[in-house]
Amino acid sequence: MSVPALLQRNSEKFGSKAAYREKEFGIWQQWSWAETEKEIEALALGFINLGVNEGDFIAIIGRNRPYFYWAMVAAQAAGAIPVPLYQDASAEEMAFVLDHCGARYVVCEDQEQVDKVIDIQDDLHQFEHMIYIDPRGLRKYDHHALHRFVDIQEQGRAAYYELIEDLKERREKLTYDSTCVMLYTSGTTGKPKGVVLSNRNIVESAKNASTFDKLTEKDEILAYLPMGWVGDFIFSVGQAYWAGFCTNCPESADTMMTDLREIGPTYYFAPPRVFETQLTSVMIRMEDAGKMKKWMFDKAMGLAKRVGPAILDGKPVGLVDRLKYKLGDLFIYGPLKNTLGFSRVRVGYTAGEAIGPEIFEFYRSLGINLKQLYGQTEATVFITVQPDGEVRADTVGIPAPDVEIKIEDNGEIFYRSPGTFVEYYKNPESTASTKDPEGWVATGDAGFFETDSGHLRIIDRAKDVGKMESGAMFAPKFVENKLKFYPDILEAVLFGNGKDKCMAFINIDLTAVGNWAERNNIAYSSYQELAQHPRVLDTIQSHVEVVNESVAQDAMLSGCQVHRFVILHKELDADDGEMTRTRKVRRVIVEDKFSDIIDALYDGSSEVSTVTEVTYEDGRKGSISATLQIRDAKVQPAQTQKVAAE
Amino acid sequence: MNDMSSEGYVTEDGRKIGGTLMEMKNITLRFGGVKAITDISFDIREGEIRAIIGPNGAGKSSMLNVISGFYVPQEGEVWYKGARRPQMRPYEVAQQGIARTFQNIALFEGMTVLDNVMTGRLNHMKTGLLSQAIWKGKAEAEEVANREKVEKVIDFLEIQAIRKTPVGRLPYGLKKRVELARALAAEPSILLLDEPMAGMNVEEKEDMSRFILDVNDEFGTTICLIEHDMGVVMDLSDRVVVMDYGKKIGDGTPDEVRSNQAVIDAYLGVSHD
Repeated sequence: MSVPALLQRNSEKFGSKAAYREKEFGIWQQWSWAETEKEIEALALGFINLGVNEGDFIAIIGRNRPYFYWAMVAAQAAGAIPVPLYQDASAEEMAFVLDHCGARYVVCEDQEQVDKVIDIQDDLHQFEHMIYIDPRGLRKYDHHALHRFVDIQEQGRAAYYELIEDLKERREKLTYDSTCVMLYTSGTTGKPKGVVLSNRNIVESAKNASTFDKLTEKDEILAYLPMGWVGDFIFSVGQAYWAGFCTNCPESADTMMTDLREIGPTYYFAPPRVFETQLTSVMIRMEDAGKMKKWMFDKAMGLAKRVGPAILDGKPVGLVDRLKYKLGDLFIYGPLKNTLGFSRVRVGYTAGEAIGPEIFEFYRSLGINLKQLYGQTEATVFITVQPDGEVRADTVGIPAPDVEIKIEDNGEIFYRSPGTFVEYYKNPESTASTKDPEGWVATGDAGFFETDSGHLRIIDRAKDVGKMESGAMFAPKFVENKLKFYPDILEAVLFGNGKDKCMAFINIDLTAVGNWAERNNIAYSSYQELAQHPRVLDTIQSHVEVVNESVAQDAMLSGCQVHRFVILHKELDADDGEMTRTRKVRRVIVEDKFSDIIDALYDGSSEVSTVTEVTYEDGRKGSISATLQIRDAKVQPAQTQKVAAE
Repeated sequence: MNDMSSEGYVTEDGRKIGGTLMEMKNITLRFGGVKAITDISFDIREGEIRAIIGPNGAGKSSMLNVISGFYVPQEGEVWYKGARRPQMRPYEVAQQGIARTFQNIALFEGMTVLDNVMTGRLNHMKTGLLSQAIWKGKAEAEEVANREKVEKVIDFLEIQAIRKTPVGRLPYGLKKRVELARALAAEPSILLLDEPMAGMNVEEKEDMSRFILDVNDEFGTTICLIEHDMGVVMDLSDRVVVMDYGKKIGDGTPDEVRSNQAVIDAYLGVSHD
């Protein structure tokens, strides 16, 4: 069993049913499974014709387009291993990955990526050929080692009779244990690692998850998440090939929301940030709506909040409320879901980061079956998932089918499953330290199972959980997430490991705060100026104080209250190395880069002047200097342990 | 001044420039007693990017308006595709394959980007008003064919995301791009750009420069542009005409123009001691 074998099966079983769609020139272009098989075959023959050997690595750099998915499956069919990369990675990161896997071939989209690879090709020792899709601007390039995608397919078709036997032979050699794909983890620390996933990992995980959510060939997804991320591979390749559903690709990154509405996917995945952005834009538009509309919206949302999730979970709800909800659906929820592109969503997932309970409840109250899952690349995504009807904002669900989980004394979560990765490529030490001989993999996350519901709750990264001077537990993520649930706050970073008090960095959300400023006639000329506006500082301070109150409720973590905070003068950015491409904060780097601000937080000064180096999108460097206000926040006295009898 | 032969030449980056496509011969334009343009001659070759630069009030826009038929010069001749052009109305000039953009954006603000760009196809539509209103058979087929061309332009200029957005809601930089799209949709032989980068920030300027180069490269469109920003002009154009106070003070490759004393004086000023 392998992904190319599934393609053969789908071509026979689903023939004329749509396998891929992409919007181009304003129209949805469609390929059936049978057509897809022909396209992929031509490409695989073209690859062989170009000299691709079994075991070669073929890097894929681009946004979600059918051509790239074909390239991945064609590579597999030809016995090679596809390595999808994050297309917005810096040249340096890309050079590391391409050289680490020793990719001989690169398939990329357009001039921009061709240029990027040409810039770094001197550092790539095994790189030979590049294949591009969009010929624009590339006509005058030296085409010795540069090929157009359709030309490779054409050459493949021309060499059909010479090479087809070879291709068949290579395809048949693929087993459950042969490598299906290699994905590089973004790496919150250190260099990216190449996670090798076998056909077994992919197909078994896809099969289990598809059965769990009853996915069939009638489902539709919109593929818009980075191709270098394991989730996209499992949804758009693994599950799409297993269940035989159609993968829709947006016209461009900017048209994603329009395309989402046009396609109306039934199976949808988005990181919390996307849901957050959509909710923020709905709320902003409602602020500007007429009185009547606003009144209807508020009224309907009030009802939805009360009974929506219960109706969704099939719990008993009074007849009057049910009727009212129906009415609300007719006038508010339905049209709103349609605008958001969620009219047909049957199964929706969010993962990667904690989602704010309010955001989560908002979507669920509309009747959208949004659930959480917990996973990682090394597990081929699925570790725990929430079953229908058992969905909560603060847990990540029960172990996914065939997944075993154990929790060590220090709280770290371990799992073992058919999706457990084979190894880190060319990195036996890391493989050994992550996966033990019995197949248990350390997640690096700390958490616990709730005794009554059997759901897993994640506290923080195990290595980030520390101790404060007093010996109290320091779990930064716990507090940061509470802060980030405010729409005004985009990012928060808590410090305090080994210290007597906790301090925080805050990033404001420019969309939300900018809109607020506009409505309140507050003039500002830059992000930096807005961030330091006294009224913005006041608002954030009030948020911090409310969070402190809630943190104080938790006896174990009450020491993590924020004593002082500062609003940063720039957004933490992956281009500056402060975050990973999946937007997780790189704590160590932030701590090091802004050490002057941290010192100021701890030495009691009321403001701090700082200069920060920034990298622009084109790679140039510049610097921002700023004077930042430091605010003190009210903290609550630590709660003493409640009496057990209470 | 130009030692390039009339058969054309090959640029440093390997583009083939053809023979003369348009020639201005001794153009003089007066508004009452004011001479906006005095006795200017220059040519535009097929496939090249030709720039007209000069300080404020040098007569650049007037020159462009003469080319596009908005102004009729009192003296001089305009030669186009080897023949002398008779006096023409602007729409007749447009029908000859000359499209332009405006310094102060001139789009239909209430219409969507798509509709605005479709207006650029007007000269390619043959069916009459009545059949277009009924929209059957030929008229329908024609619209589909034209829409396809328009979609290629939309794709080319990467404005898919705003296809259905009314132009009035767009920011300035994007409006400029939509104007370029409309001009491009006309599939012109010569594209006239009136300060395509005025009022843009550095990033928008870089984008626009890229698009201008790509248009020239992909479609082989001859481009004549007016621009204020010296740096941009010198990077983009094959040959440059420099005007000052309505007179031509320089003409040649960017390097030649840059080392021309008259040009340096006009841009940097001359000390009077």
